[in-house]
Amino acid sequence: MTKHRRGAAPERSRLAVRDLLSEAVAGMLQRPARSVLTALGTVLGVGAFIAVLGLTGTATSQIDHRFNSLTATEVSVTDVGPRNAAARDMSFPHNADARITRLNGALAAGVFWSVRLGPQQAVRAAPVGTANSVDARTQVIAASPGVWQASQARFVEGRAFDGFHETHHQAVAVIGSATAARLGITTLRTHPAVFIGDTAFTVIGILKDVERKPELLMSITVPRSVAERTWGAPTDEGAQMLISTRLGAAAQIADEAAVALRPDHPEYFKVTPPPDPRSLRTAVSDDLSQLFLLLAGVCLIIGAVGIANTTLVAVLERTGEIGLRRALGARGIHITLQFLTESAALGLVGGLVGTSIGTVVVVTVAAAKQWTPVIDPATLAVAPTLGLAAGLLAGMYPAWRASRIPPVEALRR
Amino acid sequence: MTTTLHGSAVIEFRGVGLTYPGPPAVHALHPCDLRIADGEFVTVVGPSGSGKSTLLNIAGLLDTPTQGQYLLNGIDTAALSATRLAALRGERIGFVFQAFHLLPHRSALENVELAMVYRAVPRPQRRARAAAVLERVGLAHRAAALPTQMSGGERQRVAVARALVGEPSLLLCDEPTGNLDSATSASLLELLDTLHRDGMTIVVITHDRQVAQHGQRTITIRDGVLHDSAHRSEAA
Repeated sequence: MTKHRRGAAPERSRLAVRDLLSEAVAGMLQRPARSVLTALGTVLGVGAFIAVLGLTGTATSQIDHRFNSLTATEVSVTDVGPRNAAARDMSFPHNADARITRLNGALAAGVFWSVRLGPQQAVRAAPVGTANSVDARTQVIAASPGVWQASQARFVEGRAFDGFHETHHQAVAVIGSATAARLGITTLRTHPAVFIGDTAFTVIGILKDVERKPELLMSITVPRSVAERTWGAPTDEGAQMLISTRLGAAAQIADEAAVALRPDHPEYFKVTPPPDPRSLRTAVSDDLSQLFLLLAGVCLIIGAVGIANTTLVAVLERTGEIGLRRALGARGIHITLQFLTESAALGLVGGLVGTSIGTVVVVTVAAAKQWTPVIDPATLAVAPTLGLAAGLLAGMYPAWRASRIPPVEALRR
Repeated sequence: MTTTLHGSAVIEFRGVGLTYPGPPAVHALHPCDLRIADGEFVTVVGPSGSGKSTLLNIAGLLDTPTQGQYLLNGIDTAALSATRLAALRGERIGFVFQAFHLLPHRSALENVELAMVYRAVPRPQRRARAAAVLERVGLAHRAAALPTQMSGGERQRVAVARALVGEPSLLLCDEPTGNLDSATSASLLELLDTLHRDGMTIVVITHDRQVAQHGQRTITIRDGVLHDSAHRSEAA
């Protein structure tokens, strides 16, 4: 039997970190099923966090890819020059396509505009007088030959009109496959024609698809020279030019286009370069992230409330144990630390599992879509910490309450 | 009333009382003097609600008296902070409860070990000491058993082992045989007798007159008032 020194108060009771951790783990393992369910909220919150950021990153990267391959190589030029009797009818010169394609980095360029037809100038598949073949929905577009290459047009049958047709004012037309079907044109072997007003245009090509300017698919496109001669220069809306460039050359072409077209009046044109990919990406990610991060935050809060609730119930259930520990020399802070460590450990475990599940979701979705999964490593590092923080916050009140239970009260229960 | 036994006092009450403020105020323990000397085996008897547990809670530093001065091992407990009181309680006092208060998911050995966790005793040392104390109470073969796998008598012995493992100055037992049958109770009392013979100071609270007979001295408490204590000879 040890005899303690009379009159000498002992040192403060101490709880080693290792013992604190092992007590917390033992506390969690006492009721494994409940611990799993408690951590589930954090798992969902952190999992949603990772999935949202990962999927947003992955989708953004995909947007980048598409943006680079198409949008980044497109420049638009709009005619904003004066349209009065003194001025020229159209600001684009007749050799506008050639002027632009001579620029270094430009692949193709073409002028186009919507033709405004008069009330008696409907599109028909047959000569005037055959009322049942009127197609009022079909739009007529005037275009220079360069439009076809610039829009990356592909044909079901036939071909695009070219410089010869343009120069010699050939009354030919290219139509979209849907328009062809509506007009009853199924083959070019019969050299079909469409009638716009009382002018016949021989259809020389049926479009299958275009990468740019999808309105071409729903229209009848005729050479620019023929349109100018037949209907005059564009009136309401000015003509536009579509320029296809090499990757990385768009900004330079945008700077030079107006001067190249009209050195005397570059102000007649409004040039629209492609948007900055970084700002586009940021805008897309911001929109998605803000919405879904809010959702992940809500999940995390629900998880934290779940932990708080369960820890509080555990405190009430384990009041006798708290009393025993106090009788064995535990200080209030030891009780606080024990429950806080348990809830933090639950949060951390939930965070780790949630991070793993979120990563699997991102990889699975990316694999299904044949995308490249993109997850910022910093996100993976932060996510379990979020779980830990949620657990810590959730455990604060129950742990504080546990330490406030008087030992005598605790032992009575 | 003050004991007349010689030797240094483990417990010394000087006008100690506990009143719960009202209205109406409740005198759980009227101011009293009490001296329990080192190595004494004292039993406290009284009916339910008489103040036995209040006396034990004050003696065990689980509750604080509202009047008087309590010296444990010569230390004035009123002068100590809650932190020092917790340390004093953990180091000098061993508790045995009627309800055992064993952690159900821990083995007998781990339950005994728990008493040393808050004294930062290294785990290997804890294990060795817990095993030695379990052997002393005759439960070495049940070290790995969970409380749910043990009989009431075995559980109470584990609780005694847990109380002893910290080598306290004082063993406070609150109705230790309350949940045991008579044969198991007799066995536990034998264990307490043995500990007493080894020099342990023991205070047992009981409402069982037979259990009370095991003490050298019996203190009676009724309505919060301590009554004459009767001394018995060692032979008795």
